[in-house]
Amino acid sequence: MTEVTLAGAFTAQESAAIRGDFAILSRAVRGGKPLVYLDSGATSHKPRQVLDAERAFYEQHNSAVHRGAHQLAEEATDAYESARETVARFIGAQAREVVFTKNATEGLNLIAYAFSNAAAAGAMDGVDPALAARFALGTGDEIVITEMEHHANLVPWQELARRSGATLKWIGVTDDGRLDLDDLDTVITDRTKIVAFTHVSNVLGTINPVGAIVARARQVGALTILDACQSVPHLDVDVVDLGVDFLAFSGHKMLGPMGIGVLWGRYDLLAAMPPFLTGGPMIEQVRMEGSTYAAPPQRFEAGVPMAAQAVGLAAACDYLTALGMPRITAHEHALTEALLAGLAQRPWVRVIGPTDGRDRSGAVAFVVDGVHPHDVGQILDDAGVAVRVGHHCAWPLHRRMKVTATTRASFAAYNTLSEIDLLLNALDRVPSVFGVAI
Amino acid sequence: MDLYQEIILDHSKRPHHAGLREPFDAEVHHINPTCGDECTLRVHLSGEGRSAVISDLSYDALGCAISTASASILADEVIGHTVEEALGSFAAMRSMLTSKGADLGDEDKIGDGVAFAGVSKYPARVKCALLGWTAFTDALARSGVDISATPTSNPIASNPMEIS
Repeated sequence: MTEVTLAGAFTAQESAAIRGDFAILSRAVRGGKPLVYLDSGATSHKPRQVLDAERAFYEQHNSAVHRGAHQLAEEATDAYESARETVARFIGAQAREVVFTKNATEGLNLIAYAFSNAAAAGAMDGVDPALAARFALGTGDEIVITEMEHHANLVPWQELARRSGATLKWIGVTDDGRLDLDDLDTVITDRTKIVAFTHVSNVLGTINPVGAIVARARQVGALTILDACQSVPHLDVDVVDLGVDFLAFSGHKMLGPMGIGVLWGRYDLLAAMPPFLTGGPMIEQVRMEGSTYAAPPQRFEAGVPMAAQAVGLAAACDYLTALGMPRITAHEHALTEALLAGLAQRPWVRVIGPTDGRDRSGAVAFVVDGVHPHDVGQILDDAGVAVRVGHHCAWPLHRRMKVTATTRASFAAYNTLSEIDLLLNALDRVPSVFGVAI
Repeated sequence: MDLYQEIILDHSKRPHHAGLREPFDAEVHHINPTCGDECTLRVHLSGEGRSAVISDLSYDALGCAISTASASILADEVIGHTVEEALGSFAAMRSMLTSKGADLGDEDKIGDGVAFAGVSKYPARVKCALLGWTAFTDALARSGVDISATPTSNPIASNPMEIS
């Protein structure tokens, strides 16, 4: 580790205080072993501040948002819309550009279905023709993704290509786990209408060069969609700085509740888009012959919204802001460097992804040749160390890296350097159990 | 931990009857979508119906120690036996694996399969241990054998597995 990475990391006292906010971190697993939770890339734990905010909503303000005129309805609506403002501030956006969804997957599907629904007769009536043209997708058009996408930012585009007749193309991945941008200009062409890619790989930990991809997409007039599930919880994300058109992330990976995600989009684009799910409060006027729709973000929030979860997510934003996103990034970077250094001392372990800390986030996937990742994970679990095993919903990426599956450790602000040691100690049991030469 | 019995590790390192062989009556390819494990499996039968003898079972298993060892033990237990007997072994194996530790297994019916008794305490791994066995019953069905008299409930189908 360099002094630079240690400089911003949380002190022992700060770490103890942070961990004290997460009750689950003090429980034992597998016969009394302290829990070492290194699976925050799958879902993070939630501090008591988030749980308290949800409980307070239910105990004091519970009511259906945007319905009714009684006092509780007013308070619930106010809490929900205040949460939207907090989340918007957290990513440098305006509140009216923030749509609450069930999760990031729904946010990405919402955009994909906007293209499909735009093709219906009359769907884009009244929309500026130049804007409407950006959502017109058909044979000869191209959708560009990358080979390192999570299935949530891959399958919806495969399906959209199938429905629309457009062609799906992708940016490849290099052997060391970075996007291969050498042929960016030939992958993204004048025919490209959509460029959807991940900010940070959930497997490799790679932080992708958003600016270079956005610049090329803009040259050809393509819309850009960023999967920010693995960046918003760990990096200081500002949608204006990133320059993308849409960005989706989930609440549960950033210390917030399950069941809520966020789709951010440029307002003029959201305003041009037809709805995805239809029903309750997303309407403007309903007659038996047909309906008109509310302005964004309400247009995309059919049904009684998840107000308690929105309040909880806002509390998570406040919690992260209080810790300081730059501190969190620095802390997790120190953990990543420590784990990479520890793994480098074990030649029987192979990291899948960048082996240095440059442009790298705190997800570290690895394999022990000769031992299946499930079995590696099971040995770690026996020591109380919780990691993810499998293909992490990125099956094509695993094929590209020539592995069937990986074992992945991933971090959050509450992890410590001593937990890296516990992981490495548990990992050292693997060769003897499975008879692997070291 | 009681998961990785020596006998399981032995089977996974040196699987019995491994590799795909001819002749065969049916070939199936089963995958575990949660982890990407794969099993291609062939059966060759002599005779008709449930009294037919499984004259060969060959397979190519790609996966964890639990799933590869289970395929090896499956081959040991069913080759040379009738379909009726093999389906009995499958039922006994599944019963043990889904018992959450209550059923320690019948060595007469599943042989080395009793080493998997510990797997039943790890719900996420039950599917690994059953991958080859479910492929086997599918291959029997595709060979034209009526397997319907065996218990048809599939307890692993509702087993919550991580997916995202």
